[in-house]
Amino acid sequence: MSLNMDTKNKLPKPVQSLLNNLLRYLLMVLVVLVLFGIILLITGKDPLQSYLDIFRSAFGSAQGFSEVLVSMTPILFTALAVALPSRLGLINVGGEGQLYMGACLATWGAITFSDQPIWLLLPLMTLLGFLGGALWAVLPGVLKAMGLVNETITTLLLNSIAPKLVAFFVFGFWHSPMDTNKTPNFVPAARLPTFFGTRVDLSLIIGLVLLGLFWFVMTKTCWGLEIRAIGGNSQAAKRSGIPLNKYWVLMLCLGGGIAGLAGMSQVSGYYGVLLVDFSRGLGFMGFLISWMSFGDPVAIVITSFVVSVIFTGGNMLQLTRGIPYAVINILLALTLFVVLAQPKFIKRKTA
Amino acid sequence: MSTLAILGVISSAIFSGTSLLYTTLGETIHQRSGIVNLGLEGVLLISASSGFAVAALSGNPFLGVIVAALAGGLANMILGYLIITRRANQLASGLALMFFGFGLSALIGKPYVGIKINALPRITLPALSNLPTLYKSLFDFDILIYLVIPIAVLIWWLLFKTKWGLGLRAVGENADTAFASGRNPFLIRYQALFLGGMLAGLGAAHLSLAYTMNWSEYMTAGRGFIAVALVIFSKWHPLRAIGGALLFSGAVAFQLFLQSSGVQVSPFLLDTIPYILTLLVLLAWGGTRKHAAPASLGRVYQGGQQ
Repeated sequence: MSLNMDTKNKLPKPVQSLLNNLLRYLLMVLVVLVLFGIILLITGKDPLQSYLDIFRSAFGSAQGFSEVLVSMTPILFTALAVALPSRLGLINVGGEGQLYMGACLATWGAITFSDQPIWLLLPLMTLLGFLGGALWAVLPGVLKAMGLVNETITTLLLNSIAPKLVAFFVFGFWHSPMDTNKTPNFVPAARLPTFFGTRVDLSLIIGLVLLGLFWFVMTKTCWGLEIRAIGGNSQAAKRSGIPLNKYWVLMLCLGGGIAGLAGMSQVSGYYGVLLVDFSRGLGFMGFLISWMSFGDPVAIVITSFVVSVIFTGGNMLQLTRGIPYAVINILLALTLFVVLAQPKFIKRKTA
Repeated sequence: MSTLAILGVISSAIFSGTSLLYTTLGETIHQRSGIVNLGLEGVLLISASSGFAVAALSGNPFLGVIVAALAGGLANMILGYLIITRRANQLASGLALMFFGFGLSALIGKPYVGIKINALPRITLPALSNLPTLYKSLFDFDILIYLVIPIAVLIWWLLFKTKWGLGLRAVGENADTAFASGRNPFLIRYQALFLGGMLAGLGAAHLSLAYTMNWSEYMTAGRGFIAVALVIFSKWHPLRAIGGALLFSGAVAFQLFLQSSGVQVSPFLLDTIPYILTLLVLLAWGGTRKHAAPASLGRVYQGGQQ
């Protein structure tokens, strides 16, 4: 309150609100760091050293920073997969399943056409990855358009089916002679090219371009206008002649396809094989990121980056502090909790 | 196929289905009060790990069960604070709770990986004590299995025969109306979350203390999401949930049956049956008002300004 009073008369309003926001975010970060620090203390780890480790792992070296970009790549796609249909008011919780189906179809391409040259195989796999995810969203889209079942429930249910289908194909047909839970390594022509000797691959660029395209279409084109009209008031949009059902199905499939690309990028870029149960919530993470970013492309990139710093730090903590990797999910979840709770440290005059 | 083999399949179905039924009952209560809890997977993991840890430390599995139930209720209080008090989005908050559960359970369970515990003791019903030992051992169940059907009936009675249940369902249908008729939607939803979380905790306890008898990361393997599907499948009704849970564990049992009779069907395809059936059931009802979900399911109650 006092801060509000002090700055009110001296600074112009945008600067004042910026300062307030900055202070608010800093306090939110502090709350998260203190809470996770307490958990670390209870388990007998030094919180300050652990935070330094996280910071160093992300910003200490070019290699470390590149790992942040690597970890950011799939969630850029899965976040966009949620943001796109959300502009229509559609809730796509199915990124996880769509990602698995994209990975599945892309792997089929990599195995079946492994003798093709790279300039043919990679585009084919990308197309198949997109198709796999898009097909996985057709049913929810059609059912929504027919007014039968809400897309939230159907996309959620399909999430649980997709990993089992992947397991069926891997265990049943595609597994390598050595391991039954993964395919043989992909041929070099089926691997996305990487940059500067790091694990950053081409799909990061594709993801960023898609986000840019998303921004462009939404703000600068007639489709974007219609989409925003539907998102604003679907009934009014329908009366003004916008084909509502077509948009619903199309946008869900487009979202699904983009999540499928995340799956393709994981098998072709990151892993180079298809592994059973390879995603522990990349699709769900995309949902959370899109939600926190209000579906805004720039905010998606920033939020994904922050989340990836945390994830990369988790790897480091596992190495240096002997903390199980999964524990980093606590830090992530605490961050989410604080964002979701929207604490008001500073009382605003206009609420 | 011998009678013994069939009985063995049924027995194993009951074992694997119990944790699922408890969890489904918990989610039924949540959803009846208008809350979709997507964090159930995390709640289950927190309960399973903390119950297991306490059972390992104290040597008393019953203490483990109690702690697991309390842990489930408490984990849900985080969700309650976010979606009831802070009015945050239900789906996002639930998923955040899921990630929290991934992490916290890994931390709690880490020292107990590979450790053996005293499992929940098996009790033979007096009526079965005359059976041959071989048969008897198939139907030696633990206390949580014997209690699950009575608890399902109890939840049905609570939801449909008591004033509290009426209030809870009213909040799930329309919180504003419920508020206008003198109920407190905030309090009722907190109660629903705590009770539902305790039930999920019991399910998790059965999983780690009686069924698998060990702890491993991500051991719940999607049971939280199966429960969400089963709630829909059973049309938000606790007694039909019994059928739903039996259907799922039936699919598992059927798989064992097929294997023992030499038929090769992928277990992974059979695992998808409950979800496909739920989808089909949803299609069959297709938008009919009679079978619809609680009307304000997933909506945040904005009323009662602080």
